Amino acid sequence: MKRLLLGAAIACTSLLSATATFATELSFWTWRQEDKAEYEKFFADFTKANPDITIKFEAFEATNYNTVLSTALAGGKGPDLMMTRTYGGIESLAGAGYLMPLDDNKIPAVKGFSGAALASVTMRSNKTLYAVPAASQTMLVIYNTEIFQKNGITEPKSWDEFIAACEKLKAAGIMPFANGTATAWQNETIVSALTSSIMGKAFYADLMAGKTDFNDKRYVEALTKLKEISKYFPEGFVGLDYASAQQLFTSGMAGMFAGGSFELANFAKQNPALKMGVFAAPGLKAEDEKLVGLFFDSGFGANAKPKDEAAAIKFLNYAASKEFAQAFANRLSNVSAVPGVTFDSPLLAKVAELNKNSIAYMTLVNFRYGEPTGSNLIQAGVSKLLNGQATPADVGKSMTDGLAAWYAPFKK
Amino acid sequence: MISSQLTGRRLWIAALVVPPIAFMCLFLVYPILSAFAYAFYEWHGLARGDFIWFDNFHRVLFEFPFSERTINAFKHNIFVFFALMVLQNGLGFILAYCLWRELWGARFHRIAVFLPVVLSTVIVGLLWKLFYHPLFGAVNATLRAVGLGSLAQPWLGQDSTALTAIVVANAWHMVGFPTLVFLAGMQRIPSEILDAVRMETESEWVKMSKIVWPLVAPSATVVFTLLFVGAFNWFELPFIMGGVDGSPHGATDVLGLYFYRTAFGSTSASAENFGPGSALAVLIFLFIAVVSSVITIRLRKREIQL
Repeated sequence: MKRLLLGAAIACTSLLSATATFATELSFWTWRQEDKAEYEKFFADFTKANPDITIKFEAFEATNYNTVLSTALAGGKGPDLMMTRTYGGIESLAGAGYLMPLDDNKIPAVKGFSGAALASVTMRSNKTLYAVPAASQTMLVIYNTEIFQKNGITEPKSWDEFIAACEKLKAAGIMPFANGTATAWQNETIVSALTSSIMGKAFYADLMAGKTDFNDKRYVEALTKLKEISKYFPEGFVGLDYASAQQLFTSGMAGMFAGGSFELANFAKQNPALKMGVFAAPGLKAEDEKLVGLFFDSGFGANAKPKDEAAAIKFLNYAASKEFAQAFANRLSNVSAVPGVTFDSPLLAKVAELNKNSIAYMTLVNFRYGEPTGSNLIQAGVSKLLNGQATPADVGKSMTDGLAAWYAPFKK
Repeated sequence: MISSQLTGRRLWIAALVVPPIAFMCLFLVYPILSAFAYAFYEWHGLARGDFIWFDNFHRVLFEFPFSERTINAFKHNIFVFFALMVLQNGLGFILAYCLWRELWGARFHRIAVFLPVVLSTVIVGLLWKLFYHPLFGAVNATLRAVGLGSLAQPWLGQDSTALTAIVVANAWHMVGFPTLVFLAGMQRIPSEILDAVRMETESEWVKMSKIVWPLVAPSATVVFTLLFVGAFNWFELPFIMGGVDGSPHGATDVLGLYFYRTAFGSTSASAENFGPGSALAVLIFLFIAVVSSVITIRLRKREIQL
């Protein structure tokens, strides 16, 4: 009997080790620890379809992610698969040769992606794709629908209506906006969220064509209006940090939050009872096209030297599939970059709808490739503007002059 | 026979000395030397490119936009050093003197003064950030309560107050350290000297300035040197209270933050520039090493042997 048991045990172990040698385990890194449970389900689905491949999830702290990732890759200890940042953030990895170059032979589905999405994970110098675009983010105004209803306010159609709505909330003793700008990057998000419609598509097109710069009167006008509406931010908002601003909104003390669509999932988690709506901040006149600011914040990439190249490519194809994107959108509240995805959440569906009329979140999308970055300049400039230490024209000039250090069209 | 004993002894010493030396070399000397080497290369992300001599140093010191940031951050470090010298070390000396003279409540205060030092910097940073909160902070609430509401400000949001606000938080956190060192110095003063002084004068001021201060010079050397190193390596508190970008618009930027941001990038504003970052690290290291040696040597000279 004893012998039989022993034999069975040996047989089992040898069987287990045999399956272990057949299966390839790929590692996957991301900065989103909070998504772990869902990712493990995605990976299980993937393994069901590809029984010989398993994927191991590992998350790192978001602000240090790129440092951890690039250090690991440089030391040859990087993951096989990873969530990548976009624009300037992916170029430092791709430029060093750490990422697997992709194309529509390897991933046929990328042919259907929008040009803006692909551009976010394409290296500019060699026009090569290095990741499958994952999700987009939209800069817009998030509002508390209950507060709006109670005060008889509807989504504003013109700048005057926008200001009138703020006045109404203020008179009712509610903070119109929750925004604070003590956290540097919040100076940048509010520009795109509140003034994209004022800048307009024509300005962005001219800027990209090298026909104008940030001294343009459309841009200066946008910053002037930003300064005007900052009157409705909380008292002492220049000293109000990001976390406090979020809390003012989720606790129902403020009616609106100008920021990114990435806030929505977090806000809903902080206060599940909160009823939210989103709109694109209006232009000056009601007939002006209403625009949101758009950027892609992440992609799925593979190590240039993965444990198993074919397996890694299989996963990237899965990440580019509509089946995955649908779950990625609905279970993790992402506005997936995969075309044709539908959204269960009406809020995300509305964001996707607003995305149809957008301009790029340009300081991030187009001006983060050299020092000083557009983000450095606008964050400092707007901080000075809101502190009353610079005029809108000063900010436009400092951005143009600063970017001229590396951005060829601005060089004189 | 004797010679074999000698080699045995040598072996024994070597066995004791080699491991710590190897440890120091591996974890201290090697990283410092490699950081020196890194500063002379061009970097693409974290991949090493060509050897470019002093280009990274040139960029950091003389080329826009790095040069202005270097100067801006350096000026702030100098301000922090002098402000903390007065607030932290000055106050520390006075507190130590009071504790030493055993004023009322000295036993309680000896512990109370040192307590914040034990707290983690992260906790202190978050705590003071809440104190300075523009809407709900204790500082503004107190001002409003005593009818000075007009003085309530977004302390961490304006360049006129942000850096000073963080310096005050640092002084609160660390004042116990110079106090303790000075107190230890004072307690070492022989009682014969103090008895002799008591026969000459009753003036507390003369006692403090002519006797105690010169005799605690060794403590001052330690405290000043450590403050210098601390002020120019300052990182945690401004990182927590002002963020990695030195918000608002670089008003709380210091060399530590600037180096970190340059070398490793900041998710919300820029990519990594490892070359200039390494060059900065080397410059900061050299500056601190040279100046703190000079300070130590100069201050040692005024110490009196008892």
